[in-house]
Amino acid sequence: MTPQAWTLARALRLAILSVGALVFLAPYVWMLSTAMKPREEIFSSSLTLIPERLAVVENFSKAFTRVPMLQLLMNGVIVCTIILVVQVLVALPCAYALAKLRFPGARTLIAAIMLGLLVPIHATALPIYVALSGAGVLNTYFALAAPFMISVFAIFLFLQFFRAMPDDLINAARLDGMSELGIVLRVIVPNAWPAITAFSIFSVVAHWNDLFWPQIVVTETAMAPPPLGLIFFRAAEAGDDYGALMAATVVVTVPLLAAFLLAQRRFIEGITLTGLKG
Amino acid sequence: MDSIALPAGGRAGTSNPAAAARRSEAFAGWRLAGPAVALLALLILLPTIAVVALSLTDFELGYDEIRFVGLDNYLELLDDRTFLISLGNTLTYTLIVTPLSVALGLGAALLIEADVRGRALFRTVYFLPVVSLLVAMATVWQYLLHPTIGPVNALLRLVGIAGPNWLGGSDTVLLSLAFIGVWQAVGFNMVLFLAGLTAIPRELYAAAEVDRAATAWDRFWLVTWPMLGPTTLFVVTISVINAVKVFETVSTITQGGPNRASEVLLWTIYQEGFVYLRVGYASAMTVVFLGILMVLMVLQYRALDQRVHYT
Amino acid sequence: MSGLALRGISKAYGDNHILRDVTIEAQPGEFVALVGPSGCGKTTLLRIAAGLDHADRGSVWLGERDMTAMRPSERDIAMVFQSYALYPHLTAGQNIAVPLAMRDLTIWQRLPGIGNLMPSQRGIRADIQRRVLETARSLRIDHLLDRKPGQMSGGQRQRVALGRALVRSPAAFLMDEPLSNLDANLRVHTRAEIVELHRRAGVTTLYVTHDQAEALSMADRVAVMIGGRLLQFDTPEGIYSNPAHIEVARFIGSPQINLLNGEVDAAHGVRIGGRLLAEGVNARPGTSVTVGFRPEAIKLGAPEQAGLIASLRRIEFLGSETLVFIDLAGGGDTLVAKLAPSDATAFALGQAVTIMAASRDVLVFGGDGARLSVSPPMRMVANG
Repeated sequence: MTPQAWTLARALRLAILSVGALVFLAPYVWMLSTAMKPREEIFSSSLTLIPERLAVVENFSKAFTRVPMLQLLMNGVIVCTIILVVQVLVALPCAYALAKLRFPGARTLIAAIMLGLLVPIHATALPIYVALSGAGVLNTYFALAAPFMISVFAIFLFLQFFRAMPDDLINAARLDGMSELGIVLRVIVPNAWPAITAFSIFSVVAHWNDLFWPQIVVTETAMAPPPLGLIFFRAAEAGDDYGALMAATVVVTVPLLAAFLLAQRRFIEGITLTGLKG
Repeated sequence: MDSIALPAGGRAGTSNPAAAARRSEAFAGWRLAGPAVALLALLILLPTIAVVALSLTDFELGYDEIRFVGLDNYLELLDDRTFLISLGNTLTYTLIVTPLSVALGLGAALLIEADVRGRALFRTVYFLPVVSLLVAMATVWQYLLHPTIGPVNALLRLVGIAGPNWLGGSDTVLLSLAFIGVWQAVGFNMVLFLAGLTAIPRELYAAAEVDRAATAWDRFWLVTWPMLGPTTLFVVTISVINAVKVFETVSTITQGGPNRASEVLLWTIYQEGFVYLRVGYASAMTVVFLGILMVLMVLQYRALDQRVHYT
Repeated sequence: MSGLALRGISKAYGDNHILRDVTIEAQPGEFVALVGPSGCGKTTLLRIAAGLDHADRGSVWLGERDMTAMRPSERDIAMVFQSYALYPHLTAGQNIAVPLAMRDLTIWQRLPGIGNLMPSQRGIRADIQRRVLETARSLRIDHLLDRKPGQMSGGQRQRVALGRALVRSPAAFLMDEPLSNLDANLRVHTRAEIVELHRRAGVTTLYVTHDQAEALSMADRVAVMIGGRLLQFDTPEGIYSNPAHIEVARFIGSPQINLLNGEVDAAHGVRIGGRLLAEGVNARPGTSVTVGFRPEAIKLGAPEQAGLIASLRRIEFLGSETLVFIDLAGGGDTLVAKLAPSDATAFALGQAVTIMAASRDVLVFGGDGARLSVSPPMRMVANG
C-alpha cells in the first residue's frame, strides 16, 4: 500500500464521516439558530444561520412563561429519580438472591423475569391505567412512576453481573459475620458500580425521554415531565411561533445532552452494555 | 471459654444442621427477592393477564357495564380499516428503518474504527440523537421539513427543486418519519457495532493478511462480517422492535395524519384506549402487538441457535 | 528454496526502542529460533518479517526478492500465531483452505453464495479440497476437518493452524510461540513433530520462543535477543558453551550460570578469594570483570584440596541429577553445582568443600558484558 493510497483512503473516510456528521448536527445547529431568531426572520425562510437581530430574550422568556418550564424540568428530575431509586433498590437484592442463594422457586422466578423482558409498557398500559384511574391518582408523580417501579431488565442485568462475581467473596463475608442484607450493601453494591452506573444511564435516558406513559396519565401541565410539557407548549402556542418553540426544545434537551457531553465515555459504555445485554 | 461446638437443640427441628442452613438460606432468598416478586406480579404479570382478559370484553372506561364478548373484538379488528392501515404503515416504517439504520450504523462503525483521526468526535456526534429528547428533536425536524419556511426546502429551492410538503403529504409523511427514525437509531446501532468490532481479536486480521486476504473487502468478508454475526442479529432484532414501537414522532408531529397516512400501531392503540377509552377493543389490539413482539423474539432465538453460535 | 534475511532492522515507538539494528540471515531451509525474554522485540521482528509491522530502518529479503515494501499477502510467507488465530466460524477444513481460496479463486468466485454459481470454480475448488485433505492427513487431523475451532482441543487447534500454514507450500514459515498454549507433555511431543515437519518440507523457518529449551532443541541456529539487540547468532552448542555476552550466558542454561565479580591483576589473571580463577585475560590490569562457569563445570573436592573454599548450604535431589548450593567463604556469593546423584552422596549439609573448574569452562566477561578472550586454555584453575 503506497503512502498516496493511504492518504486517499483516509481523506475519503473523513469526507464520508463529515458529511454524515453534518446531517446529524444540522437539527442541533438549526435549533440553536432558530431559538435566537425573531419571528419575521424565521418566516423569511432564508438559509442564514446567524440572526440579524437577536431574539434570545424574547424567545426564551416565552419558553419559560407560556408553560411552567422550571416546573416541567423539576417534574422530570423527580420522576426519573423516584423510578431509578426504586428500580435499583428492588432489583439489587433480588438479583443477588437469584445469583448466589438457593431457594425454592428461584428457577421459576428467573423464567418469569425472562418472560417479563418481552413485555413492554405499551402492553400493560391499559390495565394499569384503568387501575390508577379507578384509584383516582391520575396526574400524580405516583402515577407517572408506578409502572416502572419494577425493572425486570435491571434484575436481569445485575443477575448476569453478580453471577460473574466469585462465590468465595460472599463466603468470606459470611465468615466475617455479615447478614445477607449486609452482604448486599457492603460487598455486592460497591463491586457492582459499573453495572449500576450503566443501568442508571439507561434508565434515566429512557424515562426522561418517554412520552407514551406521561401522555396517558397526565393531563395537567403542572404535572407534566419535559416531553409532555413540550407537547402542551405546542398546543398552547397555536400558531407557528417556531422561535419560542425552538427555545423550549433547547431548554428540555440541554440537561441530558450536557450530562452526556460531560461523561461521554460512561454514557456510551452504559448504553452499549445495557444495549447488548437487553 | 467459648466452645467451637454449636449448642445442640434449642429449637425443635434444628437437629439437622444442613437442613437448618438450607431453610435459613431459602428464607433469606425469599426475603431479598420478595419486593421484586410482588411488584413483578402486580405490574407485569397481572396486567398482562388482564389485557388478554379485557380483550375478550366490551369494557369501556366510564361505563360500568362489562360484558364477555369472546373473540368479537378480534373479528372486528379484521374489518377495521384504520387498524389494518395502521398495521400496514407500521410494517412499511419498520421495513425502511431497520435495514437503513442497521446498514448505516455498521457503516459508521466501520469507518470510525478504520482510523484514529476524529474517532471520538464522530462517535459523539452520531450518538447525540440517542440521548436527545426525541419529542424535542421531532419538533426540530418538523421545522426543518416545513414546506415553506423549512431550511430543507429552502435548500432545495436553491438548486431549483420545489420540495414537497414532507410531513404534510400522505405520500411522503411515512418516508419522512422513517428518515427521522433512522437518524435517531443509527447512533445506537453504531455503538453496538463498535463494541462488536473491538471484540474481534486483532490476530485474526493479521492471519487474514498472511493468508493472502489482500484487500479490505476480502478481510471484511473473511473476518469482520462473520465475527459480527451475533452482534448483527442482535442489532437487527432490537431495531425491528424499536421500529414497531414507533410512537413519539407520530404523536408529536403528525398524530396519525394526514388522512391516516402515518397511523401506526401504538398510536392507534393509544387513540382507542386512552382517548376514546374503548379499553376492551384497544386490549385486543395490544394483544396483537404483544404477539408481534413475541414472534420477533422467537425468530431471534431460532436464528441465534442455528447460525451464529461458534462455540 | 530461498533464505530469509532481515537486515539492519530498527524500530522505535517514540523513545521506546523495540529493535536496534538487528540483522539475521537464515540460510535456505534453515530452522532459526529467535529466543529472548518477553519484551525483547522478538515478536515485533517476526511481525516485520511477515509484513504485519513495518521497520523504521532496514530491509526484509526472501532470497533475492526485497520484500520490505510488500504487503503480507504478496510475500509468500506463512505464519502460525500464538493464539492460532483460527477463524471461529469456519470448520478446520475451511480454515486450512482459506489461503488457497484467496490465491486461486477470483474475487467473484469467493463471494458468499453467488461464488458457487461462477463458472470454472468447481475444478479449482475440488483441487483445493484435495490439497486440504493431503495436508490434514500429513498432520493426522483428517478426521477433524468438519469441526469448528470451538469444538477442538488446544493441541488439535494448533495442528489446524499448522495445516493452514503448510497447505500452500510457502517460501518461508514464521512461528510465533506456537507451543506456548499447550500443556507441558504435549509441548515436548509437538516440538519433535514440528522439527520432523520442517525436515520433510525443508522450508526456511523463523521460530519465536521465550523457552530456551525449545530454541536449543529445535533450531539449526539460535538468535538470542535481549533489550532489542541481537546479542548472538550461533548454533545451539555455540550459544550454550561459548556465549558472546554475559546476558546470553545468563539467559541460556538452567540452572543459571554461576557469576563472580573480580578484577584483572597485574599478571592478567583474575583472583577471587585469593585463588586464581583465570589467567591470560585479554584486558588491562585493574579492569572489573565477571567470571562465569556453568553449574555442571563445577567439581567439588575435599577441603584439603586446592580450590575455592566453600560450605554446602542446600542439596536438591532431582532424580537424574543433584543440585548443590554452596556458600563461598568470606563473601555472600552462592554458587550452584550440578552433580551426578552418585557423586553427590559424598557430601553433607554444612560441610566445607573446595570448588574446582577446568579452565576451558571458565568464561570471562568485561564490564560492558562482552566476552574476553583467555589464554592459554586447558588448565585446571583455582588451584594456585
